[in-house]
Formats: sequence, structure tokens, C-alpha cells
Amino acid sequence: MLKSEDFAQELINNGYDFFTGVPCTIIGNLITNLTDRPDVTYIPAVREDVAVGVASGAYMAGKKPVVLMQNSGLGQCLNALTSLNLIYKLPCLLIVTWRGFEGKDAPEHLVMGRICEKLLDTVGIPHHTFNPDNIKVLINMSYKLITENKAPLALFLKKGIID
Amino acid sequence: MNYNEAITTITESLTDQLVVCANGLISRETFSIRDRTENFYMIGSMGLASSIGLGVALNKPSRKVIILDGDGNLLMNLGSLPMIGFLQPKNLLHIVLDNEVYASTGNQPTISNVIELEEIAKSAKYAYVKKVTTNEELRREVVHTLENDGPSFLLVKISDKEEQREIGRVIHRPEKIKERFMSAVN
Repeated sequence: MLKSEDFAQELINNGYDFFTGVPCTIIGNLITNLTDRPDVTYIPAVREDVAVGVASGAYMAGKKPVVLMQNSGLGQCLNALTSLNLIYKLPCLLIVTWRGFEGKDAPEHLVMGRICEKLLDTVGIPHHTFNPDNIKVLINMSYKLITENKAPLALFLKKGIID
Repeated sequence: MNYNEAITTITESLTDQLVVCANGLISRETFSIRDRTENFYMIGSMGLASSIGLGVALNKPSRKVIILDGDGNLLMNLGSLPMIGFLQPKNLLHIVLDNEVYASTGNQPTISNVIELEEIAKSAKYAYVKKVTTNEELRREVVHTLENDGPSFLLVKISDKEEQREIGRVIHRPEKIKERFMSAVN
């Protein structure tokens, strides 16, 4: 399992410099680390669509933003992604925790856990899923992808990948 | 005061300030009155003008950022207000044109005829909050808030209901709006 601070460092090493989002247990330590770091900003957002809006503003002001959220938040920010990011070509990296993976979770997570990949396929947002061996590769590739495509990219993070 | 007068008064006071315009009539009217590269016209994502403006303001502290919002947009994303109050960006001016209706879709009522939006802004800890009802007050307050630190909140009561009239749509493609705005920001 990778330490959250090493995960944060990997994001920063690859050029990301502005973070916002809404917590999930899976990224609890990561958000604490990002909040405590002197070298980057983490803005606690009240909702996931607000986080996407703030990240989009940050991008236009020259930042490389990351939005952290639980997959339940994908529903909340779908309109922001479709009617802001995708049409204006505003890139951001979405790190999305995958609750309800393989149906093993509390009831409120099961529907989104089953459909979150299909949901992004439907709206045309590319996505990948972290496993213990691809963390550096995916983060490195993500920066190149969102910079070239000028569009959001989602990386799903299941329980047990970072501490 | 109607929409057109209010936006005309605001834009007359502008120099190089960055303006994030809410979707619907506000973007269309602002575009028609005075198109500037410093204007970001939001055409979808209703409610998020204040969030986008906050993201710009936090990362460009040397520039004044104006959010040109409406009552419908503000009510859809009230959560943005306490975030602005919490983060206290000094360079942010939030102007809300409050006509108490969803004018873009045919004047269906919002709830701001009863709910005092300026009181919500005060509770959310904006550094300066003012409600204006006349064009003269608006002109004076825009000058004041542009010259002083914020975050400031101006509630502009629009008394004249919008007549059905043709207002041009923003002709620039969304990607072009973004590129122009980014070149004005950076």
C-alpha cells in the first residue's frame, strides 16, 4: 500500500499544483496531507460541482488542478463536467474513489459502484483505475493526456491502494 | 432600474477587471452591451459562476475578479457564499442582479422576493455587503468596491421586469471564450 504523502508527492512531481474536492474515507489521509503541505493549495469544497467550478477557474488562472471526490460526487457534478469542462475544453484530473466496487459496500454505494465507469463512458470522459503497480504510470500519463486533450480525465481509486 | 441599465452602469466602470458572467440573460446582455476579452461568458453549468470566479480570484490575487451573478444562479449554489467568506479573497467582487425571476426562461418567480440575499452574504462573512436599488447608488458602490478590498457583495435590485425582447446570444464558441479569457488573465 502506498503512503498518502507519497501519492500526493507523485501528483505534485507531475505538475499538479491546485487541489480541491470533497472527502471520502479512502482519501482522508491524502486530503490531510494536501491541506498540511506548504507547497500546494487544497480548497475544501462544499459540493463536487463547486469543486469542479473552482478547479476550472484555477485552470484559467494558470494552475493544473485536481478534484478529489467519492464516486457519489460524479452524479453531483455531471452537469458541470458536461456543460462546462467538456464544451469549453477545461481540463482537470478527477481522482474518484470507487465505493461499491463489486457490490461489496453499504447500500447507498451499490448503484453508483456498478455504473460509475459506464456513466463516464456515456458522457465521454476517459477513465482508468489505479492498482498497486500502475500508480506512477497513471499519474504521469494523466498529466500528458489532460494537457493534450484539454478535457477531464478520471482515475478511480479503490480501497486499499493508498493508506 | 432594469437589467440593461444595471449592466451598462457596471461595465462603464471597468478597466482591466476580470468578469465571470452567469449563464442566460446576464451573459447575453453583457456580451451585447460591451464584449471584452476579460469577460468569461458561462453558457451552461448554472450556479457555478461564483465557483469559477472564486477559482480565478484565489490564483490571481493581483487582479480584481468580478462575478456577475443572478438571483436564480445564486440560489442554485448558495454553498459558494460561505466558501468565499471562509477563504476571504480580497480581490473578489460578487454582484448579484436580483430581478426575483428566472428571466431567461420567461420570468418564472424565484424566491428572492421574500428571502433577503444580502443577509445570506452577511452571514457568509463577506467583508462588505450592500444592497442597491437605484442606478446612482449602483454606480457609487461599484466604484467603491473596485477601489477597496473585499470580498464584497452587491445586491442590485432590478425593479423593472424584463419585457420580451430579442437579446443577442454570445457568438463566440465556448473554447474561444476560454482562450480569450485566459489570454486576458495570464
